[in-house]
Amino acid sequence: MSDVYVLGVDMIKFGRFPDRTVPDLGSEAALLALDDAGLNIGNMEAFYCGNLGQANAMVGQRILQEIGQTGIPVVNCSNACATGATAFREAWTSIKAGLYDVVLAVGVEQMGTGLLGGSGSGSGIPKEGLLGSGTMPAVFAEAGMEHSRQYGTTFEQFAKISVKNHHHSTMNPKARYQIETPLDEVMNAEMISYPNTKLMCSVNVDGAAAAVLVSEKKAKELGMQRAVRIKASVMTSDPYQERDLVMPDVNSCTRKAAAEAYEMAGLDSNDLDLVELHDCFATAEMLHYENLGLCEDGEAGRLIDEGEVELGGRIPVNVSGGLLSKGHPLGATGIANIYEVCTHLRGEAGKRQVENAKIGMTHVIGLGSACGIHILEKV
Amino acid sequence: MSLPVVEYLKLPEGGEPYLEGHKCSECGSIFLGERNVCSNCFARDSMQSIKLNNTGKLYSYSIVFRSFPGIEVPYISAIVDLDGGGTVKGNLIDCEPDPDKISFDMPVEVIFDDALGRKDKDGNSYISYFFKPMT
Repeated sequence: MSDVYVLGVDMIKFGRFPDRTVPDLGSEAALLALDDAGLNIGNMEAFYCGNLGQANAMVGQRILQEIGQTGIPVVNCSNACATGATAFREAWTSIKAGLYDVVLAVGVEQMGTGLLGGSGSGSGIPKEGLLGSGTMPAVFAEAGMEHSRQYGTTFEQFAKISVKNHHHSTMNPKARYQIETPLDEVMNAEMISYPNTKLMCSVNVDGAAAAVLVSEKKAKELGMQRAVRIKASVMTSDPYQERDLVMPDVNSCTRKAAAEAYEMAGLDSNDLDLVELHDCFATAEMLHYENLGLCEDGEAGRLIDEGEVELGGRIPVNVSGGLLSKGHPLGATGIANIYEVCTHLRGEAGKRQVENAKIGMTHVIGLGSACGIHILEKV
Repeated sequence: MSLPVVEYLKLPEGGEPYLEGHKCSECGSIFLGERNVCSNCFARDSMQSIKLNNTGKLYSYSIVFRSFPGIEVPYISAIVDLDGGGTVKGNLIDCEPDPDKISFDMPVEVIFDDALGRKDKDGNSYISYFFKPMT
């Protein structure tokens, strides 16, 4: 089977665009990615579109109505926070299967404000604050506290992750915020769900990202200079765990996906030069250092304490600023992190460039759960 | 008459309230709520309803300071492993919302009480369950 390549990839600067529409934001990202690939919509053979908020509203077709109605197959997908990665992987799968040579993937989202999760009361009375909390900050706080329980991980260590990612975002002009947040500011910010303060929660923003994927044959024909090889594309759901239905488990599905991705790529974690992982909350990033094998179990706190995951460290994590500062438009996130890694592999990341980056990993988790991992390699 | 807040809270006539689990007779996995197939071992028609214990240990938690409008904060969202099996999430009450006052594995008991005065649109009141530190 042919390798699959990213030929064009881009994202819009994340922000708040209340006067624009979902198809409008998706169209902008699609055109940017097409331009990056040196192609136009007429060259695309299929289109996979990821969006959550309007999952039943044919977002992909509405994007084509804005940029070119060529009659190609459009598949709209929704998979919680793994939505963008799912669209990207469906595009990859279709080329792997030999159906197409040039395929477009777009992830796009327009977000509301406030807390996510916890509002589904079903029948009867609201359960929030009665049977604990279903809000995302609380759910991921509980997942982080499981790590504290096992390894003594502290509030301060979780907070340092937010300091790091906010620092990284000061070098990313496409991030929602470019603001340093010192440790005392992070720890003294409004407590949302202990141990996650407001600055340790991802930022609700609008955003879109897109990629043009091509077969090896097409990449050779069009020019490999800026192409990025997809070494692994993996998705998992949550395998059975005894507490899973009460306490969503973001660890098992990530570990399973990471193992499969390393095997598919013929690599291990020591080969990675950078990682963009799903820091929806500071507590979540801590777990994924171990889940992705960036360190041994129980070593995650040391990793952040010793700066190994900072730009310039042994294995920089979320140099884009991550979801904590770049922002987290749910359906766009899984392609935006692919854009970030590709930008480093192309040596085009400016001030935040990871030196000599050759191989990078992206990771997203959609609670419920879906995990998507991609390993990308400089050609 | 009060209604149960969730289907796995049982209010037997003339008996004490309890939490109900469904246990797979093939692999022993315990679930809250009824199901036909075991998601661990895939066995069919192996589920048996069981009465879960009213004591357990705190597995993990968060202290919630920001919730939806109208929800009183702070409160402790607790995940409890019940003695004898089954994991349940709920509010930990009669405990200061301070990490220094909460310890992993602290023993708790399950108590049943009115659902914080919440009523449905028809005016029905509900019985809920809560966790309380055992002294």
